[in-house]
Amino acid sequence: MTDPSHDSAVLTAFEDDLPLGGTKRTRRRQLIGRYLPAAIAFVSVLVVWELFVELANVKSFILPAPSEITAAFFEEFSTIWSAGWTTLREAVGGLFIGLFLAIFVSFSIVRWTWLEEGVMPVAIAIGTIPIVAMAPIMNAWFSITSLLSKMAVVALVIFFPVMINTVRGLNEVSAEEVELMRSFAAPGRDLLLRVRVPNALPYFFSALKVASALSMIAAVVAEYFGGRQDALGPYILQKAGLLRFAEAWAGIGVASILGIAVYSAVVLLERAVMPWHVSLRVAAGE
Amino acid sequence: MSSGAPAVAAAGVGKVFVGDSSVEALQGIDLTIQQNDFIALIGPSGCGKSTLLRLVGDLLAPTSGSLAVNGKTPNEARLAREYGMVFQKATLLEWRTVLKNIELPLEVMDFDKEEREPRAREMLDLVQLSDFGDSYPWQLSGGMQQRVAIARALAFKPSILLMDEPFGALDEMTRERMQLELLEIWDRTDTTVIFVTHSIPEAVFLATHVVVMSPRPGRITDVIDVDLPRPRGFETRESPRFYEKLTEVREALRRAEPEPDRQ
Amino acid sequence: MVEAIEETGGEPTRTLWSRIRTVVWFLAIVGLMAILYEAYKAMWEATDGTIPLLGIDWLVRGNDITMPHTWSIIDSLFEEVQRGRNEILLVDLLKASLFTLREALAGFVIGASFGFGLGVLFVRFPLAERSFMPYVVASQTVPILAIAPIVVIWGRRFGVSQWMAVAIIAAYLTFFPVVINTLRGLRSPQATATELMRSYGASHREVLVKLQIPAAVPYIFTALKVSATASVIGAIIGELPAGFPDGLGRKLLVFSQRFASGPEKLYGTVLVASAAGFLFVSLVGAVERRLIPGTRRVAS
Repeated sequence: MTDPSHDSAVLTAFEDDLPLGGTKRTRRRQLIGRYLPAAIAFVSVLVVWELFVELANVKSFILPAPSEITAAFFEEFSTIWSAGWTTLREAVGGLFIGLFLAIFVSFSIVRWTWLEEGVMPVAIAIGTIPIVAMAPIMNAWFSITSLLSKMAVVALVIFFPVMINTVRGLNEVSAEEVELMRSFAAPGRDLLLRVRVPNALPYFFSALKVASALSMIAAVVAEYFGGRQDALGPYILQKAGLLRFAEAWAGIGVASILGIAVYSAVVLLERAVMPWHVSLRVAAGE
Repeated sequence: MSSGAPAVAAAGVGKVFVGDSSVEALQGIDLTIQQNDFIALIGPSGCGKSTLLRLVGDLLAPTSGSLAVNGKTPNEARLAREYGMVFQKATLLEWRTVLKNIELPLEVMDFDKEEREPRAREMLDLVQLSDFGDSYPWQLSGGMQQRVAIARALAFKPSILLMDEPFGALDEMTRERMQLELLEIWDRTDTTVIFVTHSIPEAVFLATHVVVMSPRPGRITDVIDVDLPRPRGFETRESPRFYEKLTEVREALRRAEPEPDRQ
Repeated sequence: MVEAIEETGGEPTRTLWSRIRTVVWFLAIVGLMAILYEAYKAMWEATDGTIPLLGIDWLVRGNDITMPHTWSIIDSLFEEVQRGRNEILLVDLLKASLFTLREALAGFVIGASFGFGLGVLFVRFPLAERSFMPYVVASQTVPILAIAPIVVIWGRRFGVSQWMAVAIIAAYLTFFPVVINTLRGLRSPQATATELMRSYGASHREVLVKLQIPAAVPYIFTALKVSATASVIGAIIGELPAGFPDGLGRKLLVFSQRFASGPEKLYGTVLVASAAGFLFVSLVGAVERRLIPGTRRVAS
């Protein structure tokens, strides 16, 4: 899968140099000013696309117009949403599994530091291999038609970046913070809970945001290797094979929308868990 | 004023850092600090003043000599929570409010829940930041953050305060104001303060005794009594006696390192 | 903080000893995984497929079909791919890997060049950046991996060879991280360094070539390593829709369909595919080490 560094770059491209601050009104205006160009770009692309198809009389099987895609979407509504629901469950399920494992392993590595030397290089090496190639094996292990087989792929894909970044965050305590806690004669557990974990949260959420963006794509791609037909992956492949690109794109659109939904849920969660951090960024204009 | 064991009793204390090449950071340190003293450790880079501070605070262990803090070993003193530390970086936890930051040691040391907030508020008043309890560290200026760090260090009423260039990152005007406030706090809380600094005026203004150190290997070359009258204030800095003491310390430093330009 | 995933600072030069230790640890962990795998199988067989006391089946069947023994997997690599074809599986897979890697490499090179060029352009002409950056970012909201098969099918319909379609996919995946990191890297020198160059009367081009590009190289390589993996994945996915039998993607599908008659082959393919991906990234890393002295590398 695209490594999170790739996708996190998308996020930073939006969040970099965010000179927010001041009253709510100015902040809202600045937010709008920030996202408006992108929104305009998006809409204008759609418009140009539509016009081009109309004027150049491009056939649907070469390049479908946005209007056709929308029409196809409504025609196939129940099929697409039913397929989408399957894929969504795979994505979210995989997220949970992968997260759980990543957190468990991260804490173990920090607790037993000797593990780090061995596990981290391996984890980084595994991050370089096309994890998605494991999909057929997961199909064999967990029954090709089960949701679990796809969840396993999603979990594998997100496990490594989340774990690597959580470990990094947990380890990023400064020498002064360690000295501070030592000067309080704080037991090790205190250092972990009071300093390491809050420190790690921003890193964890960064990785989680990227993972959530990846989860739907990972699920769809895993489905390309076979499985139940009532899912977005097979749907898209089937429609594309029949050269019915309008419907195929409609399927992709649904996958994107669901992916954005999962991502937004994570952003909301982040706001809830780390109120200090978000406002920190907003006010300090970092 | 002083009763019982001296705050710090160091005899022949040495510290060698082993590595690719051994560095003798401290050698033959003999120093006695009485209760309620305000000691300034001053010297050029590499003279071991921060190391000495950390030895007292049990953040490092001496490789030779004996070191007693309040009549105990530094380790015992640390476990008995007898000292507080303030570093150059305030090191406030950014995810906690100011009040919660001050409560941090109280939580770690298992103070009663009902006791924590009142104590923290008391400290907040002491450093004159009463209105900022619910603010976050990033909302405060550098000087204010240091005040919170001091409040935090005093929250559990330690008998010794170890400070490692706490005002080093502040601008001159804020620095002078903070020095004044620190003296007031010291006056009100009956603590012994060991204060590491680079600044001669700061050392002379604050301390009862200025300990001059020199590097390679780190050792004490002079202890200068500063008998300027208290309470000290802005007038003190402009008094002739002050300038005399400044000169005395400056010359002691020059003796310690014959050519300070060659650094 | 959001940048936490990206570079965090320089990596010290690795001594030979620490490299050896990493390799040893790596082998140890791989060995451990193999042992756990076999242990699971043994346990499955010993308990007859059911968890004792609970009466429910173990989640993954440990029989020789679902989980072939590690040694049979290795063995199968050296067996004939097909009756009559005088070629062992390993060689067949290596050929497939080369096929896939070539596609990935082509796309990788195109995407990286394009990304780099765009980065240089944006730094030189801020107007260009402001105009086109939104499109660049928006391009990444399209889940290219998900639409890879569509692109290939579509391409095939219109005479674009699979090879080229896959290369385009790989280029698409590569160019974005390279643009972002090129920008970041070109801008990384402190303002004072640029001012210094200007004070020497250096032209824009000289500043670019002498200051900004050397500064950007570590950042670019961080992106390249990420893109390398992405290119390989993109190539594999792009090969999935029915077509030529070459390429790792096709092999994965074929052996997965023929799973019941030879599961070892699928496992072997996965191993070779993983090695191919790892190799590609390592190559990029090796080039990086050549170009940049150790202390300047930016940890990924």
